[in-house]
Amino acid sequence: MGDAEIIPIGPGGRPAARGTGPQPAPGHVAEPAAGAARPPVRTADRGPLDGIPVGEWLAAFQVAAQEVFGDQWEPQLARFLAFLRRRVTGEYVVDEYGFDQEVTERFFMAALRPIAQKWFRIEVRGAENIPADGGALVVSNHSGTIPVDGLMTMVSVHDHTGRFLRPLGADLVFRLPIVSTLARKSGATLACNEDAERMLRGGELVGVWPEGFKGIGKPFSERYKLQRFGRGGFVAAALRTGVPIVPLSVVGAEEIYPLVGNLPSLARLLGLPYVPITPLFPWLGPLGLVPLPSKWLLEFGEPIRTDDFEPGASEDPMLVFNVTDQVRESIQQTLYSLLMERDSVFG
Amino acid sequence: MSTGNVVLVTGVSRDLGRTFARSLAADPSVERVIGVDVVPPRGDIGDVSFVRADIRTPVIAKVIAKEDVDTVVHMSIISTPGSAGGRGTMKELNVIGTMQLLAACQKAPSLRSLVVKSTTTVYGASSRDPAMFTEDMGPRRAPRSGYGKDVAEIESYVRGFGRRRSDVRVTLLRAANVIGPHVRSPISSYFRLPVIPTVIGHDARMQFLHEEDLYAVLRHAVLTDVAGTFNVAGPDILMLSQAIRRLRRPWLPLPGLAVGNLGTTLRSAGLADFSPEQLGFLTYGRGVDTTRMREVLGFTPARTTHEAFADFAASLPTPAARLERALLAAERQLAGGATHG
Repeated sequence: MGDAEIIPIGPGGRPAARGTGPQPAPGHVAEPAAGAARPPVRTADRGPLDGIPVGEWLAAFQVAAQEVFGDQWEPQLARFLAFLRRRVTGEYVVDEYGFDQEVTERFFMAALRPIAQKWFRIEVRGAENIPADGGALVVSNHSGTIPVDGLMTMVSVHDHTGRFLRPLGADLVFRLPIVSTLARKSGATLACNEDAERMLRGGELVGVWPEGFKGIGKPFSERYKLQRFGRGGFVAAALRTGVPIVPLSVVGAEEIYPLVGNLPSLARLLGLPYVPITPLFPWLGPLGLVPLPSKWLLEFGEPIRTDDFEPGASEDPMLVFNVTDQVRESIQQTLYSLLMERDSVFG
Repeated sequence: MSTGNVVLVTGVSRDLGRTFARSLAADPSVERVIGVDVVPPRGDIGDVSFVRADIRTPVIAKVIAKEDVDTVVHMSIISTPGSAGGRGTMKELNVIGTMQLLAACQKAPSLRSLVVKSTTTVYGASSRDPAMFTEDMGPRRAPRSGYGKDVAEIESYVRGFGRRRSDVRVTLLRAANVIGPHVRSPISSYFRLPVIPTVIGHDARMQFLHEEDLYAVLRHAVLTDVAGTFNVAGPDILMLSQAIRRLRRPWLPLPGLAVGNLGTTLRSAGLADFSPEQLGFLTYGRGVDTTRMREVLGFTPARTTHEAFADFAASLPTPAARLERALLAAERQLAGGATHG
């Protein structure tokens, strides 16, 4: 091999150290044997299309693979190809809600992680309050015009506990094309009593945002004021299954798309709960969809036990309302204390 | 309980009914199997005695009385207008047929059990569905027309019959989509299309029941003394996109309306038996809980959804999957190279 002329670039003709991958050990890089006697190639010999010989392509590919997958690139690449083959042939399994663990871990989480870490610089507190196994219900405030807070919570929970948060989504999520497919694949299911109880009985970590559209679609002036917590259906589900409720307070999501206006008639026409107007959207077009880089704080509170109530407690509306208020108060208090602590929105 | 059964099976002119009646006749604990239908069955019916009768007429009552039938298996519920010759006839056969049959059953003192093959289509398919339907749940939106409405009406007649003849054991089996190498149904002809149209942006969750398992569960219901309503399906879920990839067929995402129109066109061209309920199913899919089937009915299908579908897929000619072979070869070589080096 090695029949093209090598023009040294940078120090010693070696590609300059770039990227975050580990540097290949010296000698690994397939350098063409220097000093092999051959006549220099003239430009006339090079047609525009008979370009680079196969050997060069292979060498370049090898170096590239080493850059991307590191020193153990062969087994790494084999694993990646196995993943690709499973996706092409459909030889993977989904659970009964349509949750595709492989694609969630390898694709969705990997895509969202940089946003969580670099863009919103999420700080997680109290992750030890999430049970390591068994059913539990994470109850969170909801904000941000588009439910980005749900996605970020999913990534943060997975990165801090290794568990998958199974969100309960509104009916609208499962009616919209593409969104419904992504939601099911990443582990969501419909927010209804049947599914909530089934998941909790199955020992899943379930996430719920009881404010719903009232929460994410509220004007910027009402930020961090919790809306009504639905009808307390999530508390009844937790009581019936006896799982702990983990309150979660999210600070930062209110500022990503400050909602200053709404187009109710257009929303009715499209069958959406609201059509937002933010300082950037729709004025800047798709660019207006870039969220503002606010700094986020996620605090998981002390779990509230539901297994020490007597059986049939879920049939007592007063008790359900009381527990709902307790969860709501706990989240609201934590929100206020986190806001006091925060220096600035983008800090 | 009942030994020396005389079993009457309706709907034997169609493949599922005929094959089931024949396999039941081969069972030593069943004395006689009588097959009933409007038209004679096309294939071999073995030891089954065929009686040509229309279940929409009172003739069926005479057959039940004369033959001293103690078990009735009702399988003649038709899912597509194409096979019946129009939606009007289909509704007649389904609803009026069931009413007449149940009226005849009510007057038959010898009758001890009734097994009805229903379908999970009764739960409908919508964006507001729970992930897994249990037997106690109903459709989120009551079907207003078509097969779904027929099945809902048939089930309500069966429940009414159960109230009036409480001495008769009534077993209602809600089977998931039956699939297998010999099944001709709307869903199997859909998967046989060379290019499979899908609803853009949606991926349906599906469950299947292998044809052999359908015969097995019906036989089980005839021979075992268990009453009630049961979902019957492979317990696991297959996504539509996954199913199509396993078939190695190309697919074409289209808006929902276009898939419906294409279905209607294909139906009128006689290429695929596409029912309107199918569009909802292909968009949102459906899952049913099978706990009661395992624990109360005491039946477990021999094949899971994945295995049933694999058996169906193996019966189809697959276009050579070149990309898959290339990936497999490259992966083997790399993995092999790593162990050497």
